[in-house]
Amino acid sequence: MTEAVTIEARNAVKAFGQGEHVVRALDDVSIQIRKGEFFTLLGPSGCGKTTLLRLIAGFEMPTSGTILLDGADITDLPPNKRPVNTVFQSYALFPHLTVAENVGFGLTMQGRPKAEVSKRVAEMLALVKLEPMAGRKVSQLSGGQQQRVALARALAPQPKVLLLDEPLSALDLKLRKEMQVELKRLQTETGITFIFVTHDQEEALTMSDRIGVMSAGKLQQVGSPRDIYTRPVNRFVASFIGETNFLPATVVPGGVRLSTGDVVEVATTRPGAVTLTVRPEQVRIVAAGEAGAIAARVKFLVYFGTDTHCHLDLSDGTEVVARVQSPASGEAGIVEGSTVGIRFAPGAAQVLED
Amino acid sequence: MAERRFEVARLPGFATVAVATFVMLYLPIATLVTFSFNAGSSIAVWEGFSLHWYADAWNNQAVKDATVRSLVIAVWAAMISTTVATLAALGTTRRAAFKGETFIYVAINQPLMVPEIVTAVALMILFGMVKVATGYQGLGYLILAHSAFCIPFAYLPIRARLEGMDLSLESAAADLYASPWQTFRFVTLPLLGPGILAGAMLAFVISLDDVIITEFVKSGGQDTLPTYMLGQMRRTMTPEVNAISTALLALTVVLLTAFFLLTRKKG
Amino acid sequence: MGADRLQRQSARNGWLLSLPALILLFVAAMGPLVIIVVYSFLTPGEYGNVVWEFSLDGWTGILFTRDIFDGTLGLADAHLTIFWRSVKLSILTTVATFALGFPTAWFIATRPAQQRGLWLFLITIPFWTNLLIRTFAINEVIRVEGVLNTVLLWIGVIDTPLAIIYTDTAVLIGMAYVYLPLMVLPLFAAIDRFDMRLLEAGYDLYASRWQVLRRVILPIVKPGIIAGSILVFVPSLGAYVTPRVLGGGKNMMIGNFIELQFLAGRNWPLGAALSVTLLVIVTAALLVYVKAANRGSNPHG
Repeated sequence: MTEAVTIEARNAVKAFGQGEHVVRALDDVSIQIRKGEFFTLLGPSGCGKTTLLRLIAGFEMPTSGTILLDGADITDLPPNKRPVNTVFQSYALFPHLTVAENVGFGLTMQGRPKAEVSKRVAEMLALVKLEPMAGRKVSQLSGGQQQRVALARALAPQPKVLLLDEPLSALDLKLRKEMQVELKRLQTETGITFIFVTHDQEEALTMSDRIGVMSAGKLQQVGSPRDIYTRPVNRFVASFIGETNFLPATVVPGGVRLSTGDVVEVATTRPGAVTLTVRPEQVRIVAAGEAGAIAARVKFLVYFGTDTHCHLDLSDGTEVVARVQSPASGEAGIVEGSTVGIRFAPGAAQVLED
Repeated sequence: MAERRFEVARLPGFATVAVATFVMLYLPIATLVTFSFNAGSSIAVWEGFSLHWYADAWNNQAVKDATVRSLVIAVWAAMISTTVATLAALGTTRRAAFKGETFIYVAINQPLMVPEIVTAVALMILFGMVKVATGYQGLGYLILAHSAFCIPFAYLPIRARLEGMDLSLESAAADLYASPWQTFRFVTLPLLGPGILAGAMLAFVISLDDVIITEFVKSGGQDTLPTYMLGQMRRTMTPEVNAISTALLALTVVLLTAFFLLTRKKG
Repeated sequence: MGADRLQRQSARNGWLLSLPALILLFVAAMGPLVIIVVYSFLTPGEYGNVVWEFSLDGWTGILFTRDIFDGTLGLADAHLTIFWRSVKLSILTTVATFALGFPTAWFIATRPAQQRGLWLFLITIPFWTNLLIRTFAINEVIRVEGVLNTVLLWIGVIDTPLAIIYTDTAVLIGMAYVYLPLMVLPLFAAIDRFDMRLLEAGYDLYASRWQVLRRVILPIVKPGIIAGSILVFVPSLGAYVTPRVLGGGKNMMIGNFIELQFLAGRNWPLGAALSVTLLVIVTAALLVYVKAANRGSNPHG
């Protein structure tokens, strides 16, 4: 069964500037976002994720390419004709209107009857737990409350897609964690497709059904959080999400040979020189000289509480980091300067495309 | 006892000069205001308190006519200049830079740069020709001239207000199904309101205060309050001029205070 | 493409919205300046106005007069005196406003934040109040039977009233008085941006107060000094009301001289040529100002 596609971008290009100073904020991006999913666009600032969001909202027109909503071309449709609503990074609440007037703005503009508007506003305020604030000016609200108003306002017209442009970036850590749960709840309750833009990998991993990782105007990889984390397709994705080790290697029959001469079993179809990546928590430290283990020397340890990071040198000087559980007090742990062996957890090592 | 410490920002003598400057700035104005209440006809020797110069000015038909004329011109000039300045401010802010934008900006601010006497004689020549050609002698010329030189004063606060406005507010309105007209009507205009009012008040004050252009453009018997006062200079000055000045001053200060309260940044 | 079309439409709307203002300005501010340029090349009419015959007399008349008997050209001393007075008074006004304005601006900028707005407002009020009223105020203070003389005579400092009014000094005092806010405001803006920690660094490196002022403060606030100086110099040069009210009939500046050519109906082309000259000087000064202002806003540029 193919899942229904809500939003689709086909070969979307957005160039800014003229002549020699053209910057391609979006460089030939094609993506399909499914109905009812929580989709996150993840990437560093300037990667093009916000530009893609603005193309979907209709605030920008693509230089070339098309945007489709439920299969219909909406590329040239102005934002006020698209059943798509945005939660802005700065919230963009109207300072001259009350909370209720802000939430009802979209419905009023659509010309819905007054009774319907006020009923819907009441429902939305209940949904975001702000009923007592209905008559307040938005300037009288806290940052977290403003965030909720922005959400209620964007959800009130029941859009097909809700766009969220780094909506949590202005909140402090505790509030951000609360809002992450809240957003997930709202998405499940309303069943609306959410497209969420963030540069925070943890936020992306915990909230999303699928993630699209972007860099330099290009879509690097699309997949579930688990896919993205455990099967990164390239060096950028592997290093942007979580921490990882990169090891130079050469493909040999049945696996790859590291620069130390050790052979690691891994599936690959690519010939020649490659990069092997393995997450620190997938590096096991074993006794020195154990059969099949790679010889390493413990350079130094960094204590993180529950975990300890062991910085290790392989025989040819390549650095590898292993994350191990910190030993209980009194228990003997790994000693700096000692010689040990390392193994990679089965299936954990990945050969990268580049 | 106060704690003694080295104050980095203190420069010897600066505070004294500064305070003296403030005194020098306000002393002449204070004198002018004080002698408007003088019972005698001197503008330098105090002869007791009286309001009779205000009464004299009030009963002086020439002053009354000039006041009405000044107000009529200022109201028209403020309305016209604020309207066109609002449109121009909307046209020149918050859109992608376009060819000719600098030209528009320079053109709008041009009245601030050209010496008023030059504009005054230029207008005198031009309107003189029009007067001969059409026979029309009314206040229209003054209103037109005032409207033009008030434009930059109306434009600047409106532009400042627009630039300070979060662009995403209008994006948000469009996102919430407002048409471009609805966005303007329900979001841009209400938010721009204080800026427009501030611009109109500045334009009003500037028009009310104008001397040079009015002096050259007016037809016979079209004195405004400032040109009437300038004319009085040729005669012996009585505190009546002080009384008129004080009234004009009070009006200006009230409008300016309102202007600052309107444009004050919150927080 | 959609994006291009949108951008063109945005530019067109920008022009359309600005159009009413531009038309009004062209009719009643910019356009008439063209007439002035044209008139400067015509022949003066007998009773004022012009005769439509090309002539350079307006321009030569700025510096030279034609001898009524033999028709030879000679330097026009009266004109030169007026130009010299205009330039001299404008420079002196600039210097005087700086001498008073710099300490004042420094004083305002070093007030606690909540007081600063009030002090600034006190500078701004005279700036926006009627120039004529302020000139009257000065007139009433310095005239022969004015407040200054009355007070000085009363306390016995002088026996006969000081004859300041209707002299160059009176015009200087008046212009310094009315244009002072134009010096203080840009100076304040420059000093307000000044990082006071630099003073601590200066004193830490053994500079005296005078050395800190000369070597640290003045070089850094220089763009503000240039801006303020030009903002005072430009209107001083074109001043009309102040020299008329305080200088009497004889201590004319360029502005009054231009008026004389037109209202006394003597020589319109000369008046026009003088106006164009004034316009060119002022524009040149303003270009310097724009450059200085840009440097000020972008210290790395």
